[in-house]
Amino acid sequence: MADAVLFEFLHTEMVAELWARDPDPGPGGQKMNLSVLEGMGFRVGQALGERLPREMLAFREELDVLKFLCKDLWVAVFQKQMDSLRTNHQGTYVLQDNSFPLLIRMASGLQYLEEAPKFLAFTCGLLRGTLSTLGVKSLVTASVAALPTCKFQVVIQKS
Amino acid sequence: MSRQANRGTESKKMSSELFTLTYGALVTQLCKDYENDEDVNKQLDKMGYNIGVRLIEDFLARSNVGRCHDFRETADVIAKVAFKMYLGITPSITSWSPAGDEFSLILENNPLVDFVELPDNHSSLIYSNLLCGVLRGALEMVQMAVEAKFVQDTLKGDGVTEIRMRFIRRIEDNLPAGEE
Repeated sequence: MADAVLFEFLHTEMVAELWARDPDPGPGGQKMNLSVLEGMGFRVGQALGERLPREMLAFREELDVLKFLCKDLWVAVFQKQMDSLRTNHQGTYVLQDNSFPLLIRMASGLQYLEEAPKFLAFTCGLLRGTLSTLGVKSLVTASVAALPTCKFQVVIQKS
Repeated sequence: MSRQANRGTESKKMSSELFTLTYGALVTQLCKDYENDEDVNKQLDKMGYNIGVRLIEDFLARSNVGRCHDFRETADVIAKVAFKMYLGITPSITSWSPAGDEFSLILENNPLVDFVELPDNHSSLIYSNLLCGVLRGALEMVQMAVEAKFVQDTLKGDGVTEIRMRFIRRIEDNLPAGEE
């Protein structure tokens, strides 16, 4: 099995190499530049979703799916659970991690706040990809007020 | 209880797959970005190097391995400690050159290539080339200039995966000229 540090270092290197490289820059500047990383996260999330045990795929409700992300997926990826899950019961969920592992070594407080979004794009994609495999279309964005706490907002797309 | 234990191993397995899949996504992306495989190989090696120079610190801090006195000892540490720690495999060491400055690492199963099939039009892509960069970068930080390259690859139909390691020279501590 691969050590968790490997993923962390690989992720850092991917951010450094790929965050500014968008072959199709649209309006909105930097935000769009993260789409490459987000896209990679999406593909990884999709594949991880496919490898989940059968029993977990039989979710009845949307909330179960989100709970699954906070517990099982987060443990699998980051060896810890999400710290809190909130919802407005209208398809918007806020997942909060008080010490997000990919930010924890950077700073505690406001230093490097501007750099933080780059390190969240892949994980946003990961969540969106896993949801997609579980049959849920969504938009996932992340925000950081102070490192290393971050919030992932999941908006379910009704079809 | 048994269910919980079960989950434990599952999450470990998943974190390993996470790395493998993420690496796969990276290679896919680089193949899109660059026109020829040579450039992808170079890029993977460069990224591996950057990882290696940082990974060595993690390794030395966690493993309690001291300074190696010769290349044979280095080979042992790489195969038996480092590969085991980071990828969970123990490659075998073979094909020493008479001078003792070259050896091969034989990987029976390369975790980076799980779920991978190489398309025909990427015959010169060295899929796991990141590993070579990691080895080179990490050893450079302990004053050893080496060359690492794949000479056999199961992805390309070879029976095993073989990384050839060649010791080039010991890197001297850099003192400015004329100072002691």
